[in-house]
Formats: sequence, structure tokens, C-alpha cells
Amino acid sequence: MTVNEALFNYCLRLGDNSLILSHRLSEWTGKAPILEEDLAITNIALDKLGQARFLLQYAAQLEGKGKTEDDLAYKRSEREFYNSLLVEQPNGDFSFTMARQLLNDVFDFFLYEELTKSTNEPLASLAAKSLKEIKYHLRHCSEWIIRLGDGTEESHSRIQNSLNELWAYTGELFEMNEIDSVLIKENSVPDVSKLKPKWNNMLCEIFEKATLKKPEDGFMHTGSRKGIHSEYLGFILAEMQYLPRAYPSATW
Amino acid sequence: MVKKTITKDELFNIIAQIPDPEIPVLSIGELGVLRNIEMHQDKVVVVITPTYSGCPAMKFFEQEILSVAKEAGVNYVEIKTIYSPVWTTDWISDTAKMKLKEYGIAPPQGTSDKSFLFGQPKKINCPKCHSENTELKSQFGSTSCKALYFCKQCTEPFEYFKCI
Ligand SMILES: [Zn+2]
Repeated sequence: MTVNEALFNYCLRLGDNSLILSHRLSEWTGKAPILEEDLAITNIALDKLGQARFLLQYAAQLEGKGKTEDDLAYKRSEREFYNSLLVEQPNGDFSFTMARQLLNDVFDFFLYEELTKSTNEPLASLAAKSLKEIKYHLRHCSEWIIRLGDGTEESHSRIQNSLNELWAYTGELFEMNEIDSVLIKENSVPDVSKLKPKWNNMLCEIFEKATLKKPEDGFMHTGSRKGIHSEYLGFILAEMQYLPRAYPSATW
Repeated sequence: MVKKTITKDELFNIIAQIPDPEIPVLSIGELGVLRNIEMHQDKVVVVITPTYSGCPAMKFFEQEILSVAKEAGVNYVEIKTIYSPVWTTDWISDTAKMKLKEYGIAPPQGTSDKSFLFGQPKKINCPKCHSENTELKSQFGSTSCKALYFCKQCTEPFEYFKCI
């Protein structure tokens, strides 16, 4: 695998993650629990979409086949997507969405912090820009985790259950393959296995404030690094890609 | 071909006047979205940077830049979006901050928050009555760049332009 190929695949991984999470969050539009939250979730979805656009544009450029960000978003099939299983999980109740966001954002915070030091200029500048946004997202969802965890018996048990259920998708975040080893050698991307202690510590700090228990490590789902997904991704793509696939010459 | 009748500075100043669609008292020049103009033999390259990754106004700016340039007689315009250096509210001048305040939006105060996770939200003065007796309602307002506050003094909500 050449450095260029590895970089292309890495940008798909990051870009798909942002794109699919953005799509999930946008499903809350108009039905979040309160107006302020509706604005917050849609703003976060928009930031994620902007990050995805940059990454997929850059990926298209690296691939060098004359494709655009839209081709990559709308014309790839399920097995060609590399987002984590975590972000494609359905929204569930509000606590489930916030738990999913927290687990993802704490990971992204440390990943993007490392990526700001990348020797690859486009990745480093994207990371610097995204990191500012991720901090706001992370603060937002961690406040909700604390409020729900330290709230009523009902909210406490709901957020605890959501975290317990989603925990099985966190092992995959730290998985690496050939793409990583090629790029780590170039100092373009970090070794994510080294981020795990920091990720753990920040979560523990938040869980403590929220009077929540850290879920126990057990069975962990895997597959997305190879393009193998849960049943949910196909449904997301069917909705997201319907229009450009049904009307290939449509413009907007 | 680009007409030689307009200089780089003249064109920059014209484009810099394009107002932000959400905050019409500020222009893309004052916001720091417009970074540079490169005059080439066969085209003009306008360099811009987004405030937030997903800022929906960017598309609007691109269209406006093309039409404003065309009016100025420049037809071959290419727009280049850059992400580095990263846009920051520190680029908004004091004059522009005053305009924001008069418009009813509390301008960014200080620099971005280091203790982002558990730090206390900043005390923001109400742009109408200047009271410090305000409360953060939401980190996210009507657009990504603004947070929602409430003034307990004049019992009115207001927006705050976040520091990033
Ligand atoms: Zn007031």
C-alpha cells in the first residue's frame, strides 16, 4: 500500500465518520426535547458535515480519478464506507444520542489533538479547525451526561443503560490496520492505541461527576475497518443517497 | 482576460464590503473571512476561509464574490477556500465589535476558553443594558458562531458571538 492510498483510505475513515454522525444528528431536526437543543444538535450536525466535506474533497483529490466529494458521499455502497459502527447506531432516546456523542467526541478530541501535529499539511489544518468545534460539542454532551446522570432516578438509569449498551462499540475505535502503520511511519497520523489511557481518564472524570459507573469491558463489535457494518448503515445510505442515485443529473 | 483597469487593492476593498447574511452589520472583510486576492495573468483568485467548518454562509459568499467581481468588470474569478491559518474571533477588530454590540449581539470577549470541559461559562455583559447579571442558556444559538444568553436585568434574551 502506497502512502497516497493509505492517506486516501484514512480520509475516507474520518470523513465517513463525520458524515454518518452528521446524518444521524440531523434526524433530530424539529424533534429535540427543547428548542435550544434542536438548535444545538443541528449546529453540531452542520459542523460534522463541514468536516466531512473537507475530508471527502481531499480524499477525492488524493484518489485522482476526477471524482468530487459528492461522488464519494453518494455513489459508494455500504461495503465502501469506513465509519465506525458507533456513529451509525440509531438515535434511540435522547440519552442514547448523547452517550454516543460523548464516546465519539472524547475519542475525536484526542485524535484531532494529535492530528494537529501531522506532517500532512491538509490533515493538520483540518484538525486545528475541527478541534475548536469538537471542544464545543464535547462540552455540550458532557454537560448533558452529568445532568442526566445526576438527575432523577429515571434519567440516571436511562443514561447508564445507554452507555452500557454503546460500550461494546468502543473497542473498535482503537483498532488499527495497514493504513495506520503506513501513515504512522510518515508521522502523518497518531498511534491511536496510545490514546486509550487519556480517553479512559477523561470519561472517568465525566462519569464521576455524573454519578455514573464506567461500563465493564466485555464483548466488542468489530468490522468497520474492513467495511463491514451493522444493519443500520444500509438504511442510512438508502435515505441519504436516494435522490442523487434516482436522479443522477440533479443539481442543488 | 482580466481588465487592467482595477487594482488588487481596489478589488479587495470592493469584495471586503460584502455583508454577512446572518449579521448584516459585519462584512466579510471585518470578519476576516476574506483572506487575500491573487491577481494572475488570466484570472483572479479570491482566497477565503470559513468561520466554522459547516458555515452555510460560505456558499452565499462565493456567489456574492462572483457577482460583485463581475460588476467590477472582473469575469475570470476562482475562489479558493483555505483552512490554515485557522479562523479566530481574534481577527474581529474593535470597531467591528462595537458594531456587533450596537446591533444587539454581545461581541466575543477575551480569547477562547482553555478549561473548556468543566470551566464556568464566561460572564457576558448584556449588549442592551450592559448588566453582568446574565446567564448562558445554550452554547449554540441560531448559528454555530453564536451562543444564547439571557439577561436577568432586562429579562431579554440575547446572542453572544463565541470566542474560537
Ligand atoms: Zn440586559
